[in-house]
Amino acid sequence: MIDKTVATPDAAVAGIPDGATVMVGGFGTAGIPFELIDALIAQGARGLTVVNNNAGNGDTGVAALIREGRVRRIVCSFPRQVDSWHFDAAWKARTIELELVPQGNLAERIRAAGAGIGAFFTPTGFGTALAEGKETRVIDGRGHVLERPIRADYALIKAERADRWGNLVYRSTARNFSPVMATAARCTIAQVREVVPLGALDPEAIVTPGIFVHRVVVVRDPATPRSA
Amino acid sequence: MASLPRWTHDEMARRVAQDIPDGAYVNLGIGLPTRVANHLPPGREIVLHSENGVLGMGPAPAPGREDPELINAGKQPVTLLPGGAYFHSADSFAMMRGGHLDVCVLGAFQVSVRGDLANWHTGAPDAIPAVGGAMDLALGAKQVFVMMEHLTKAGASKLVAQCAYPVTALACVARVYTDLAVLDIGPQGPVVREIVPGLAFGELQRLSGVALVAPGR
Repeated sequence: MIDKTVATPDAAVAGIPDGATVMVGGFGTAGIPFELIDALIAQGARGLTVVNNNAGNGDTGVAALIREGRVRRIVCSFPRQVDSWHFDAAWKARTIELELVPQGNLAERIRAAGAGIGAFFTPTGFGTALAEGKETRVIDGRGHVLERPIRADYALIKAERADRWGNLVYRSTARNFSPVMATAARCTIAQVREVVPLGALDPEAIVTPGIFVHRVVVVRDPATPRSA
Repeated sequence: MASLPRWTHDEMARRVAQDIPDGAYVNLGIGLPTRVANHLPPGREIVLHSENGVLGMGPAPAPGREDPELINAGKQPVTLLPGGAYFHSADSFAMMRGGHLDVCVLGAFQVSVRGDLANWHTGAPDAIPAVGGAMDLALGAKQVFVMMEHLTKAGASKLVAQCAYPVTALACVARVYTDLAVLDIGPQGPVVREIVPGLAFGELQRLSGVALVAPGR
């Protein structure tokens, strides 16, 4: 029998080692799996590479992970925000490495990893500072940049509802990067508001099929701070 | 300078909105372009896209009705209109990168006479860079409109021969709406379509510092 549910967020993040690459779903604070991140902080893994659209908001979530000095390197599209003070401080102190990626390249590089694509050419970034040092090619008269996949050891994501096979549905714009990240990590860990019986999710409406999900934990009343 | 006639931000937004046709799929960038949503002509069905994964975005909710999980790319609470849809980031960016959006309206630091856009980074050495969806948006719509002040606070033209700020994308801008004029970026450079009432073409030309093609040519 397949049962991917685990009892607690602590059990969900067990085994994430120092130096792991961890994708974290969410855009601003929408879709951030705050409780999984809290468990990761308690678990103690250090030297992490974190992949997220931002670099933390306020004092919780990815920001807390940075504040606790657990993040060696962050791959994101939009680190600088009004409430990114923990990242800003780490960046100024040069204790964190930043790989800045245009948001569409971030999504597509993650998608490529999940789909087994070796690399792809895209016009995004051509002729800009973010394409410096990258292979380029003119295709049909238009400049393209070669972009490589972003893979992860773990993905921490938040969804609305799951079943014990790990099928997932999401809620409004909290979905964002999570379905693509789920495909690109060796181990995808989802926190959900509820687990429903097998067969209760409409198969026409399942967004992430369970094959991409490895652990599911219920957080019935997750933190949902407002984005700044 | 102080005596220059200028369109207000709302007048600029209304002017941009007039050029968005019925049925268009549109992304409004953060900042000034967001204002265009308030001026979309009634009777036109225009579908707003936000890159964090929503089509059919509606206005801000009433106070107290905000949902922290329903936000736009600027991370402000929004609503969903009937017919709206949610999708993940790769699908959302496929809408841009695949050229499915009709119009994208962006802010800018500078636009070059060839339509190069600089709007993501000042290039200051101590500034933390952040790009978000800017580079995808600049390339990913059938038409890219820019909305910006014509001049910097110091009076320098933001229409330039060559961008001094780091570029977002090359030769991507179709039309520029400023507080002084509406200009198309044509093969011969910026073509003036409209000028704010009370400003002569010669004066606009002098302020712009790059060769403009006069209206009606």
